[in-house]
Amino acid sequence: MLRDVLKILENDARTTTKQIATMTGTPVAEVTRLIKQAEKEKLILKYKTIVNWDRIENDQVWALIEVNVTPEPEAGFDSIAGRIAQFGQVRSLYLASGTYDLLLVVMGKSERQVADFVSENLAHIEGVKGTVTHFVLKRYKMDGEILEGGEGAKRQPVIL
Amino acid sequence: MSAGKTEKSQKEHRLISERVNRLSPSGIRKFFDLLASIEGVISLGVGEPDYATPWHISEAAVQSLERGYTMYTSNSGIPELREETARYIKDKYAVEYEPYGEILMTVGVSEALDLAMRAILNPGDEVIMPDPHYVAYDSCVILAGGEPVMVPTSQENNFEVDAGDIEARITDKTRAILIGYPANPTGAVMSRDKLLAVAKVAKRHNLMVVSDEIYARLVYGVEHTCYAGLPGVKENTILLGGFSKAYAMTGWRIGYAAAPGEIIKAMTKIHQYTIMSAPTPAQVAALEALKTGEPDVLEMVEDYNRRRMIIVKGLNEIGMPCFEPRGAFYAFPSIASTGMTSEEFSEKLLMEEKVAVVPGSAFGKCGEGYVRCCYATSLADIEEALSRMKRFVKKHSK
Repeated sequence: MLRDVLKILENDARTTTKQIATMTGTPVAEVTRLIKQAEKEKLILKYKTIVNWDRIENDQVWALIEVNVTPEPEAGFDSIAGRIAQFGQVRSLYLASGTYDLLLVVMGKSERQVADFVSENLAHIEGVKGTVTHFVLKRYKMDGEILEGGEGAKRQPVIL
Repeated sequence: MSAGKTEKSQKEHRLISERVNRLSPSGIRKFFDLLASIEGVISLGVGEPDYATPWHISEAAVQSLERGYTMYTSNSGIPELREETARYIKDKYAVEYEPYGEILMTVGVSEALDLAMRAILNPGDEVIMPDPHYVAYDSCVILAGGEPVMVPTSQENNFEVDAGDIEARITDKTRAILIGYPANPTGAVMSRDKLLAVAKVAKRHNLMVVSDEIYARLVYGVEHTCYAGLPGVKENTILLGGFSKAYAMTGWRIGYAAAPGEIIKAMTKIHQYTIMSAPTPAQVAALEALKTGEPDVLEMVEDYNRRRMIIVKGLNEIGMPCFEPRGAFYAFPSIASTGMTSEEFSEKLLMEEKVAVVPGSAFGKCGEGYVRCCYATSLADIEEALSRMKRFVKKHSK
């Protein structure tokens, strides 16, 4: 049941408690309780909206930054990742397999600002051995949503 | 909605065969023509998934085109697709069909239905079917030279067809029983027990049963019973299935028939002279669907079910009482409170509130007093349609 509620909200955070109750055949009070508990337990972290900022004048610059680090003897990658995660401009952070260790998704107001973050903040963190910065040129898909050209075909009159 | 007939000129009557002239013009068509001319309509009219085909399925067809896979396939369909289809039917419903000889890939279930009727009917043979039923059932029988015979079903019995009612209509001309559950337009499913009773009647009178199971995968909280899987019926059953509804592949037009070899042979004879083979890229896509599409089916069914719960509760709350449909993606509420005919209701609802539904009468006499609402549309649209219909019903309630 919890899984159902979470899936419905993940797909559309504006689905009302009443709607979820109807969809799942569960009393409203029970759905309310499940959601409250999920919020409390941080299963639900936040309710957000996916905005296509590219269609509105904006001053956002996005970059993907690969970071190589020296893991710490005790804490491994966790403590250094924890430090990097503190920066507000780091929107997502992953430990990845492959040629680098950490992958950062960073947002800034300008390329300058992102560059400053790399040289002033990131490079100074103990254990960071090297970085490779890729500026995002265009976004095609975000969180499962295709941004452009997703109009799709329209249904045509048919008898059935 | 059958008005057109009398207005037709004598000349047209001479041009067109009696058989075709006998077919009633579809009641749905008129609504779509009307609908297209109005802005801002919420349509609960079209009976097809609101999903695009899962991309990995489409991709398989694209890749096959890139490899030059553009020739005819074998008349019966790509061998591997027939093998996978046989495996699928066996895995899901424990019925075994021989891929080489007992399965035929067709252009949608529509073609399979047409072939089945033409293969088994002699002029004047009667085919018993539930009323209401999918719009093509009676027409396919007529086109094949047969006579459709209606068995009334009702909301009181959840629109399940009763074996006793079927038996009461059997004459020495009866050749077959045509059933389609989960049902369009009602969303009804048939319980195993009731199907067993139908099987008994069919056996007793030596009748063929044609079972259209295109909606087999769209069931909610119940198990689908495959008619062909009932004990001892396979030899007298034509099982029809397809990919359109479960995999959101309506436009690909791929279906199949599974039946005893003699019947498939006869159907293939017609198929090879009229169709040759089902479109090759679409068969490739269907194969991909069978191999890797199961998670997509489960996800879509889960989603349809949520919308089903919303629309059924909503309809019952706004004065359009609705039995719980356990299959397909239709709700079939009663409009009795308005005192209108279903055609009147649908037309007024479209003009006054810009919501498109399909009059139940388009599906047979017993559909009168009901409308078909397809809930394969966005939740926001369903909610908005419900609130518009609420206003409408309130205004027109007697």
